[in-house]
Amino acid sequence: MELPAGFTYRPIQNGATDEYFLNMGPQHPSTHGVLRLVLRLDGENIIEIVPHLGYVHRGIEKMGENQTYLQNIHLTDRLDYLSAYSNNLALCLAIEEALEIGVPERGEYLRVMICELQRIQSHLLWWGVLGMDMGAVTSFLYGFKEREPITDIFEELCGARLTMNFFRPGGSAFDAPETFLPRVREVISSIRKAVDEFHTLLTHNVIFQERTKGIGVLSREKALAYGCSGAVLRGSGVDYDVRKNQPYSLYDQFDFSVPTGTTGDCFDRYLVRLEEMLQATNILEQAVRRFPGGPHRSKVKAQYKLPAGSYWSQVESARGLFGVYVVADGSAKPYRIKYRSPSFSNLQVLSELVIGHKIADLVAIIATLDLVIPDIDR
Amino acid sequence: MNTTSSRQNSMTPGSPQKQTPASSLPSGSYFKRIVSGFISLLRGMGLTVTYLTDPRTVVTQQYPENRATLLMTPRFRACLTMVRDETGAHCCTACGLCEKACPNGTISVLTMKDLSGRKMLGKYVYRLLQCTFCNLCVETCPFGAIVMGQNYELAAYDRDALVLTLHSEEDEPHA
Repeated sequence: MELPAGFTYRPIQNGATDEYFLNMGPQHPSTHGVLRLVLRLDGENIIEIVPHLGYVHRGIEKMGENQTYLQNIHLTDRLDYLSAYSNNLALCLAIEEALEIGVPERGEYLRVMICELQRIQSHLLWWGVLGMDMGAVTSFLYGFKEREPITDIFEELCGARLTMNFFRPGGSAFDAPETFLPRVREVISSIRKAVDEFHTLLTHNVIFQERTKGIGVLSREKALAYGCSGAVLRGSGVDYDVRKNQPYSLYDQFDFSVPTGTTGDCFDRYLVRLEEMLQATNILEQAVRRFPGGPHRSKVKAQYKLPAGSYWSQVESARGLFGVYVVADGSAKPYRIKYRSPSFSNLQVLSELVIGHKIADLVAIIATLDLVIPDIDR
Repeated sequence: MNTTSSRQNSMTPGSPQKQTPASSLPSGSYFKRIVSGFISLLRGMGLTVTYLTDPRTVVTQQYPENRATLLMTPRFRACLTMVRDETGAHCCTACGLCEKACPNGTISVLTMKDLSGRKMLGKYVYRLLQCTFCNLCVETCPFGAIVMGQNYELAAYDRDALVLTLHSEEDEPHA
């Protein structure tokens, strides 16, 4: 049997079993976008898996070379659209580092709060979709119900619900409206209540536990070797969070803990994300209490021309370590811009995790890796 | 779960004490597991029934029936529009900064000369098809001549209907 490109395991000789190949995606709903997985199956058991990328490749990095730094910010929205703010922030941090632009205190607080709100929002969507992938439509509706007030805050703040293009070098495009703090307070209490409900609905559900515990166990060593980040890495017991280990913005001034798992299975990754939502509410609570007045943005420049050199910045987005590498040649446009997206590295462990599992387990594993395909393809 | 947080207790039941994946599943005899499994399902169902019957939990908006009362926020970003005073005059000076600020070539500002030879706006072409609603044009405009409007129902049957000219009033976008 001739193997398609990418498959490495030798075919079983003598026709002991009937192996076959199956395309999952690119239009499969549980691949969260246009991810195409080629499965090598023996019955329902997965022997090997090869992800095919590039279905939503838009050439954003190449496009970025022809756009000014300010215009590049709106392109970062479209990488990982569920953590658009974190992506905006990463690029802004790189520009600020290059030009030595400071950010007023209110601007920094706004950044932290918005990024944490977005982390909650992204995890809510992930939770809903996870339930739906496993056949529970209820959780999809409940996740979206909790997500809506946060999206409304974003809409009131910057006028957009998904692709915000909000942060600018030296602060943000808009100041927080008057209703911002009361609405954030409401969200904090509603999320804490919601997470308890989530435990009742899904965490304690015996079917859900049977389908996630011991499924897709990612060892600590593998997670580190593949460069995983975010909840996938922490679920395997590695205590690494950019917000703690290389604090940016004001994260070193907030008291929060980094939850980690023990076994690295789907259930651990699930619990880590739920706990992260609660930790984000802790950060929000502290930020609401200390939210200062004053300007939200330092002096606006007509043009941002980065001095020649290379600049790296990284943030912890909802999915993990998001990095921006800018090579500047002194003009208003970057010579080269490279995004290090967390989903790309997290996807790579998939081929290790699924071997020996069933197709239904593959769906659970993809869901707990929390992949965003436009982030992988860019 | 290893966490030093004070909120650790909120996620305890059934989750953190596990050592191996299998040990935290409902333990005990076969029938005991079936019963405890059923109880967990019933608790979840109880929550959904609460949401089904309690009218306070209704969050659904009846769009498009509620069009008249559905208000967008002041900063809402939709179709680009020109600000006009009560006489219908705009304050665009055709400087072309918005055209340069646009990342997608959405805007074309075509100029002409008035009788005294001064530059003025001839035609303001806005290609809605290419617009990503990033708001950079509005931020760049030094005169406040353009805003991202509130009109969010922008679908059309013809591509040509989505190339708008904003300078003349009759061509203003309307749903």
